[in-house]
Amino acid sequence: MPKPEYLHFFIDPNRCIGCQACVQACSECDTHRGESMIHLEFISRADSVQTVPVVCMHCEQPTCAEVCPADAIKRTGDGVVQSARKPRCIACGNCVLACPFGVPEVYEDRQLMMKCDMCYDRTSVGKKPMCATVCPSQALFFGTREQIEQLRPMSTPVNRFQFGRQTISTRVFMMMPAGLVTPTPYVDVTSAMDDRPRQRAIQLTPADNQDPFADVEV
Amino acid sequence: MSGARLSTSAEPERLVKTHCCFCGQQCGIQLKVRDNEVVGFEPWEEFPFNRGMLCPKGVKRYLQGAHPDRLTTALRRDESSPDGFSAMPYADAVAKVAAAIADIQQQYGPSAMGVLSGASLTTEKTYLMGKFARVCLRTPYIDYNGRLCMVSAGAANKKAFGIDRTTNPWSDMVGTDVIWIAGSNVAECSPITTNYVWQAREQGAKIIVQDPRITPVARTCDLYLPVKPGRDAALFAGVLQLMIEHGWIDQDFIDTLTVGFDEVAAYCRQWTAERTAQVTGVPERALRQAAEWWGTAKTSFLFHARGIEHHSNGVQNALGTINLVLATGRIGKSKSGYGTITGQANEQGGREHGQKCDQLPGWRDIANPDHRRHIAGIWGIDEKDLPGPGVDAYELFRKIDAGEIRGLLSICFNPKVSLPDNAFVTRALEKLEFYAAIDFFLNDTARHADIVLPGSLQEEDEGTVTQVEGRVIKINKAVDPPGDARQDWRIVQDIAGALGRPHGFTFTEPREIFDELRRASKGGVADYSGITYEKIDAQMGVFWPCYSEDPETGRPVDHAGTPRLFEPGSYNRVAKGAGPFYFPDGKARFNVAEFRTPVDDASDDYPLFLTTGRVVSHFLSGTQTRRIGPLVNQYPEPRIELHPKLAAKLGIKDEDWTIAETRRGAITLRAMVVTTIRPDTIFIPYHWPGEKSANRLTVAAQDPISKIPQYKVCGCRVRKADGPPAYASVLEPQQ
Repeated sequence: MPKPEYLHFFIDPNRCIGCQACVQACSECDTHRGESMIHLEFISRADSVQTVPVVCMHCEQPTCAEVCPADAIKRTGDGVVQSARKPRCIACGNCVLACPFGVPEVYEDRQLMMKCDMCYDRTSVGKKPMCATVCPSQALFFGTREQIEQLRPMSTPVNRFQFGRQTISTRVFMMMPAGLVTPTPYVDVTSAMDDRPRQRAIQLTPADNQDPFADVEV
Repeated sequence: MSGARLSTSAEPERLVKTHCCFCGQQCGIQLKVRDNEVVGFEPWEEFPFNRGMLCPKGVKRYLQGAHPDRLTTALRRDESSPDGFSAMPYADAVAKVAAAIADIQQQYGPSAMGVLSGASLTTEKTYLMGKFARVCLRTPYIDYNGRLCMVSAGAANKKAFGIDRTTNPWSDMVGTDVIWIAGSNVAECSPITTNYVWQAREQGAKIIVQDPRITPVARTCDLYLPVKPGRDAALFAGVLQLMIEHGWIDQDFIDTLTVGFDEVAAYCRQWTAERTAQVTGVPERALRQAAEWWGTAKTSFLFHARGIEHHSNGVQNALGTINLVLATGRIGKSKSGYGTITGQANEQGGREHGQKCDQLPGWRDIANPDHRRHIAGIWGIDEKDLPGPGVDAYELFRKIDAGEIRGLLSICFNPKVSLPDNAFVTRALEKLEFYAAIDFFLNDTARHADIVLPGSLQEEDEGTVTQVEGRVIKINKAVDPPGDARQDWRIVQDIAGALGRPHGFTFTEPREIFDELRRASKGGVADYSGITYEKIDAQMGVFWPCYSEDPETGRPVDHAGTPRLFEPGSYNRVAKGAGPFYFPDGKARFNVAEFRTPVDDASDDYPLFLTTGRVVSHFLSGTQTRRIGPLVNQYPEPRIELHPKLAAKLGIKDEDWTIAETRRGAITLRAMVVTTIRPDTIFIPYHWPGEKSANRLTVAAQDPISKIPQYKVCGCRVRKADGPPAYASVLEPQQ
């Protein structure tokens, strides 16, 4: 049974608390026991506690598959981009270099690229992916468009990303603040590369852009 | 790493629906079991509180069971053995414990024995421990590690409401106008609560966070109050004063359903916004914004945790939050509530049924003659044989130090790591003539024991616990204890038997203990009489009070429980219909919540504030989580969090070995230089023992009412270390 069309994966980095429940749960999967396929990073811990969980975005035209010289990366009919096929993968790492989201990794010990396959063993039998099931902040959410619209009126799902001249559409959605998006919203990743995180995402007033500890003397 | 063993891929024989063994959220989880071993987990999405969600501790908790450190035999202290202990037969160990207890009590009297218990035990066990100390040992000296945790909140709740429980189910948070989080690092200490907070925000709630650190929830909250450690009561008084000045209070509610407001208002008058800002370090405009949002909201939720409770002024701090709630009248309604976020697994149930030094089952008072008679009747003893109030856990160590208490039995408590100024605790432990510990791993305190009895892990027994919302839930047994290990209640009963005092300690299963507890609690404020294991299963938890007899009519009733307290028109046994609160007049109490400067505050010699707390991948003294490899990897060792402004002044860079020093001692840890903490404050997590123990530094000052220690602030100084500490080159046995 394929993954139902109407169920989608949504990531909301604003909700992420960096707890790593997703990372720890992912490493429990029987197909990659002990290894997590999720990347969870502090943007810059010195500046902020902000963290971002990254699962495979499951591109409609996966760059990883396009650059694979061994044709080892397949996309299922329901849009899930799978880990490299073991008999084909030559562990060249082209996909690692090409993926704009930095998702695939080559495991040298087994000479194989592995990455998030949206818990195909679970989603294909009607369960949610493990990470989105356990995530205590629900920064990782799996459900229908209707559910996300009802549960998260302050956010809008976006699945188009701009990397320089490359536009990528993905099966996975990123939640953006509702007020900031245009009718055909996209995230310009390249232009945000040099941004630094702020200590606090929300300030008391728009003009109040200062460090809450500015007046504390030591 | 021993704890990094991962489960095999083989299919489990069965899934056991139960709950996590760690914090007070008590997430539902299904444990995979094969060959009498917990080999993995599967989310339990039907359980309503967490619907499958788990934090990293819950995900990896299954790894503790087959750990090589698991105690599977009794141990006796043996100086000739390399690790200080050697195995002994269980029956001999029990006989030896009983003989030593009898000896000490014969020589020095019954009160020469002390008992330390814990709030991670099931309610059945906590009930049994209270009964064991009073009935079998006939000592008043029992207390528990909840003393380190929630007693400030409990005492404040008792003073203000006459009952001690969170008022609403967490689902009430969604749809509220404002959530005020006072001193709670929700994301790391109660992660599942985060989704409720975020969900409330998506529906329009404004979030206010009061904390000296920009925690993950503070990062995206609407209003951040960067309070200076130990100044919380001043902040609450200042905000209430602003609300009174602007008329943002519910005078009708205050007049009809509360008493004591005028005294509180008179006290707050001195807390002008200007003075409050100066004392608390919170800018005046932030205070005004908080007062406006809180004062003008239609619905609200306020919750607090150890951040404001772990203070020598902890009860006053908690009362300050309650005054803010009562002044608005927003309590006892579907989208308005108040609560304290419980810390340990059974922090709620563990503080209701008699392991607390001044308490009897059903949240009864050990000094109250009526309460004593009722419980003595249940226990089949003469009321005059029931000891009176004992002392708090820290005072119990002072009594050991003074030679008044000569013998100790401990379970589920690791005071050598968890009590403040723990060098003193270590000295006291060495003064004991006899110390027996019941434990599943040899914790740092148990290493001082003469005899260690191998107890049970949470998944090796059944029973109930009461989680953060006041919901009584059922822990189900997944596996049998290994080797000679026994369920804790059996061990306690074996000791009673070996002492020749088996009366009242002949239960054959936890259900029998629960049934006696139900009868004992009947008629008390924490009335569990209508709760059964079957009802818990059928309803996915039962909120107490849950009656077997209608309190109004006295007729038998099939009561579903009380999800929400203080609803208009609600009946309780204390008020008898006079009002919703648990006092004879049915009214809530305002209490003057006075600000007092912390003991051992920052000073010229120790100019910084030290504050302590948790990280998400560890739990309490780390006895379990420091043995689970993936959780150790996530946060391998404690660090000293400090602001770059302070670090620059002291010449400290990120990762540098750094010494934090207080009047009690000094520890050397690596620095973590971050802008997310007040520059006048450092933070150290407390999950580690020995040279890395934050509680070498903390002060043993205690709240005069609740006796909670002041973990969250003391004067401190910091300097760069000349080099790595000696421990850095030694591989720890636990990791």
